[in-house]
Amino acid sequence: MRPSRFAFIVPALYILFLMTPVYWLVSMSFKTNLEITTRFTFFPEAFTLENYAKVFGDERWRSVFANSLIYVCLNTAISILVALPAAYAFSRYRFFGDKHLFFWLLTNRMAPVAVFTLPFFQLYSAFGLFDTHIAVALAHCLFNVPLAVWILEGFMSGVPREIDETAYIDGHSFPGFFVRIFMPLIASGIGVAAFFCFMFSWVEYLIADALARSAVVPITTRLQALSQASGTDWGVLAAAGSLTLIPGAIVIWFVRNYIARGFALGRV
Amino acid sequence: MKPVNQKAWLLVAPVLVLVAISAVIPLMTVVNYSVQYVGSTGRFTWVGDEWYRDVLHSEAFWSALWRNLVFSGVILVIQIPLGVVIALCMPRHGWGVPVCLVLMALPLLIPWYVVGMIWQMFGRVDIGLMGVMLKDFGYNYEGDPLDAWFTLVLMDVWHWTSLVALLAYAGLVSIPDAYYRAARIDGASSWSVFRFIQLPRLGRVLTIAVLLRFMDSFMIFTEPFAVIAGGDPVFLSTELKQTVELGKKSAMSIIYFLIILAVCWVFYAVMTRNEQETGRPQTQGGDA
Repeated sequence: MRPSRFAFIVPALYILFLMTPVYWLVSMSFKTNLEITTRFTFFPEAFTLENYAKVFGDERWRSVFANSLIYVCLNTAISILVALPAAYAFSRYRFFGDKHLFFWLLTNRMAPVAVFTLPFFQLYSAFGLFDTHIAVALAHCLFNVPLAVWILEGFMSGVPREIDETAYIDGHSFPGFFVRIFMPLIASGIGVAAFFCFMFSWVEYLIADALARSAVVPITTRLQALSQASGTDWGVLAAAGSLTLIPGAIVIWFVRNYIARGFALGRV
Repeated sequence: MKPVNQKAWLLVAPVLVLVAISAVIPLMTVVNYSVQYVGSTGRFTWVGDEWYRDVLHSEAFWSALWRNLVFSGVILVIQIPLGVVIALCMPRHGWGVPVCLVLMALPLLIPWYVVGMIWQMFGRVDIGLMGVMLKDFGYNYEGDPLDAWFTLVLMDVWHWTSLVALLAYAGLVSIPDAYYRAARIDGASSWSVFRFIQLPRLGRVLTIAVLLRFMDSFMIFTEPFAVIAGGDPVFLSTELKQTVELGKKSAMSIIYFLIILAVCWVFYAVMTRNEQETGRPQTQGGDA
C-alpha cells in the first residue's frame, strides 16, 4: 500500500510549518537590530554577520557554550558507562525484583523535574558540588540513566543469547566477552543511547539552571537572562539561539533511522 | 526463557547507586519537608498532614491541575491524529525518506528554552512574523490569555507532533507487504486498509506516543516560561516553582509525583500486556 501520488503535499506543508519559525530565528540573526525593531522584512535587507561576531568575540558567550557542552558530555559518558552492565542484566537474567526495578527506572524518566530542583540544590550544596559541571551531569542522570538502560536493553535483547553461551564455553571471561565481543555487536545501540543522553541533557533547562550560578552558567540560562531583560539585543540573541541548533542538526543525520526507537525508550 | 541469576544485581548496582543519589535522596528530603514546618530560625516542627490538606484545599493548585489536564488533552487530540495522518502520507522509498526524517526531527533536538524563544520571537506583535501577520485580527499573546493559550498549543504542536509522526511511521513500515497484497485481492477500500490493517498494528506505538506526550505535556515548564515568563496560563510546574513556603511546595511535589506515578503505572501495564500479546518486535536499524 503506497501513499497516493499527491500525498507528499501533507508532509511538505507540515515541514513548511516546522521551518517557518526556524527560518525567522535564523534570518533575524543576520539582521541589524535597527532592521528588526523598525522595519518588517522577510529577508534580511542589510545582511550582516555582526551578531555572530559579537557572540564569538565575547568571552561570556564562549564560556556558556563550553559549560553546556562539558556537562552534557560528562553526563553522556557517565550514563552509558553505568547503563551498559545494568541493561545486560535486564536483557539476560531474571533476578529478585527485576520487573519492579525496571518500572521504577521508567518512573524516573517521567519524573517532573520541577519537583527535583529544590532538593538537588540542597543535596549538591551539602557536598560542596553546587555550581560545578559534575553536579549538573549527575543530576541529569535522573532521567538519562533510565533512558540509556531502556534503549540498550532493547538493542541487547535483539542479540541471541547463544552468542554469550558460546563465548563462555570458549573460555572468555565476562569482562573480556562483554568488551571484545558483545559491545561491538550492539555498537549501533550504544551510539543511539549516547545520542539520546546527549540530546536530553542538551535540551534540559530547569535543573541546569538551578544547579549553576556563576562558574557553570549554561547557555540557556544566559539566553533567559538576556531575553527577559529590557532593551533586548535581538540580533545577538537570535544568533546565539541559532548556534544552539547546530549540535542537534549535525548528529541527526547519523541517527535518522533510530529517532523513533530512541524516543520510545527502545520499545519500537 | 531467561535464566534466574541473582548475581545480576551486581551489574545493576551502579545504576542503583547513581539513581538513588539523584532520585531517592532528593525525594526523601521533599517528603521530610512536606510534614514539617520550618520556622524563621530554621527550627523544624512536625505538622503531620497539614501541608497536604493545605494543598488539596488550595484553589490555585486545583486550577493549575485542571488547566494542565486540559492542555494535555488538547494537544493529544491534535497531535495524535495529525501525527498519524502525516505518517500515512510520508514517502516509503527514495530520497524523500531521509529528508522527511531529518527535517521533521529538527524541532525535537532544539533546547527547550530556545523553542520558547523561537516562538516568542515569532509571535511578538512588534517583531514576530506570526505576530505581525495576526496583529490586525487582534492577536496579542502578551495581553490576551486566550491568545497565549493558542500560542502555547501551537508551539507544542510544532515542537512535538514530529515525535508522534516518526513513531507512527516506524509502526507503519514494519507492516509486511503481504498484508497489503491480501487486502488488494479482497478489493479493500483504503479506509478499510487503514481501519483493519494499519490501525491495529499502530496500537503499540501509539500507546507509547500517548504516554510520552501526556507525561511531557503534564510536566511542561520551560517552553511556556520562555514565552510568557510565568504569566497566565499557570501550569502545575509553574505553580510549584512559584510556591514559596517550603512545606507547601514539598507537599505539592509529592502529590504531583504520585499522580505521575499512577499514570505511569497504568501505561506500563498496558505496554507490557501488549508486548506479551504480540511479542517484542525485533526491528534492527534501517526501518526507523
